[in-house]
Amino acid sequence: MTRRRVEPLVWLMFSGGGVMAAVFLPILGLLFALAFPLGWVDAPSYGHLHAVITNPLTVLVLLGLFVLMLVHSAHRFRYTLYDGLQLKARRTVAVLCYGAALVGAYATLRVLL
Amino acid sequence: MPDNRESIALRVSRYRPDTDTGPQWQQYDVPLRREWTVLDGLNHVKNEVDTTLSFRWSCRMGICGSCGMNVNGQPRLACGTFLVDYAPGPVTVEPLSNFHVVRDLVIDMSDFMEKLPRVKPWIIREDDVTVVDGEYLQTPEELDAYKQFSMCINCMLCYAACPIYGLDPDFVGPAAIALAERYDLDSRDQGARERLDVLIEHEGVWGCTFVGECTRVCPKHVDPAGAIQRYKLKAATQSVKAFLLPRGLR
Amino acid sequence: MTELRAYRRQVSVWWWLRKRSYFVFVMRELSSIFIAWLVLFLLLFVAAVGRGPRAYRDYLDFAAHPVVVAVNVLALLFVAVHVVTWFALTPQAMVLQVRGRRVPGSLIIASQYVGLLVVSAFVYWLVTR
Repeated sequence: MTRRRVEPLVWLMFSGGGVMAAVFLPILGLLFALAFPLGWVDAPSYGHLHAVITNPLTVLVLLGLFVLMLVHSAHRFRYTLYDGLQLKARRTVAVLCYGAALVGAYATLRVLL
Repeated sequence: MPDNRESIALRVSRYRPDTDTGPQWQQYDVPLRREWTVLDGLNHVKNEVDTTLSFRWSCRMGICGSCGMNVNGQPRLACGTFLVDYAPGPVTVEPLSNFHVVRDLVIDMSDFMEKLPRVKPWIIREDDVTVVDGEYLQTPEELDAYKQFSMCINCMLCYAACPIYGLDPDFVGPAAIALAERYDLDSRDQGARERLDVLIEHEGVWGCTFVGECTRVCPKHVDPAGAIQRYKLKAATQSVKAFLLPRGLR
Repeated sequence: MTELRAYRRQVSVWWWLRKRSYFVFVMRELSSIFIAWLVLFLLLFVAAVGRGPRAYRDYLDFAAHPVVVAVNVLALLFVAVHVVTWFALTPQAMVLQVRGRRVPGSLIIASQYVGLLVVSAFVYWLVTR
């Protein structure tokens, strides 16, 4: 039996996060970072946005999206540190990167629920 | 000074371990013949100009994988790199990147020779089949499944191109993983589990960050980067199955 | 055998500036920082909505600040790098077979862009209706 390895599962989350980021971030970024604040498109009324965001389905989707995208970023950044800065403290870097992702995930949970 | 159109300069990296502390350049003018490759130029130098120049070569037709070197910074087979494409020159010729230099353009490939058998690049069977029992039968479709990955000539241009291998010599590397995939995909093979045990380590497939340069330099269009990503997916789905399914169903 | 005094060449820390494909690779990897930033930005937005209408308007004002806009424009540029490179690499990473024939890479890439369009249209409708 192959020894239990966590790396393949992390890689799957990285891949999922990559797909999610590629498909959701462009529109979310365009709308909430540029279009609404700069008035290109009328910002949604508070009532409507609040209703959408507090919808249980939205909460679930956003939770999944944010966590996956954070894991994606952490995983990629971890390897950037290995290869770019050639840091040798592999375990420390891994702990820091995924730790940050976990903190982000926890914050996501707190905010959404 | 010879006319530019009839000769071209080769700027060759020399290293003699007995006398040199590090590599130095030496420039040679070779005839610029339309059909000549860098290898032809180097052989001209060795035969006519400087017999001390050392380099590996054999088939001179892109199938033995011996003459890998860096030409103008790119990993190339010297026998497949035409001088006229680099006119007016000079053409910089260096030993293949990411390998220790033994002498002049000769590199130490013992690291690769150690890694290759680790991935068990041969047919592994669970049964004891002998020649008397007859041949394995394989359909053309089954051959197509792995054929591309069997084209590897072990020239190691992919290792020279891979920045990961350059930064972390423990990385098993593109060719070794592509060859492991070649055998995993072969319908006659039953050794996928054994190879997975080797490649699921950190210095196996997970070191790869899909730069993709290995595929770009491969002279036989093996696409090792594709092989590695497919292997990652395979390893990941195996892990999920191992996680979710009870032992009996795996 | 005589002692092998082999010479080890060091990899320069600027290795990624030597080739265009290496440079694009590093830009692609750095996009991870900007993706993480945008997730944080959106999370703060959601938190603001949770606090009430004033917090919502304040956050919109914050997002309109020139520095924030500049950072977000840069972030979205890197998201574009991520999208283009991710979609382009997918066919190499997976072999899809339909009825014995291999699905061409261009089809896989095109369908991903279609997916992006569909999701974008849906989100736009959901948020602005």
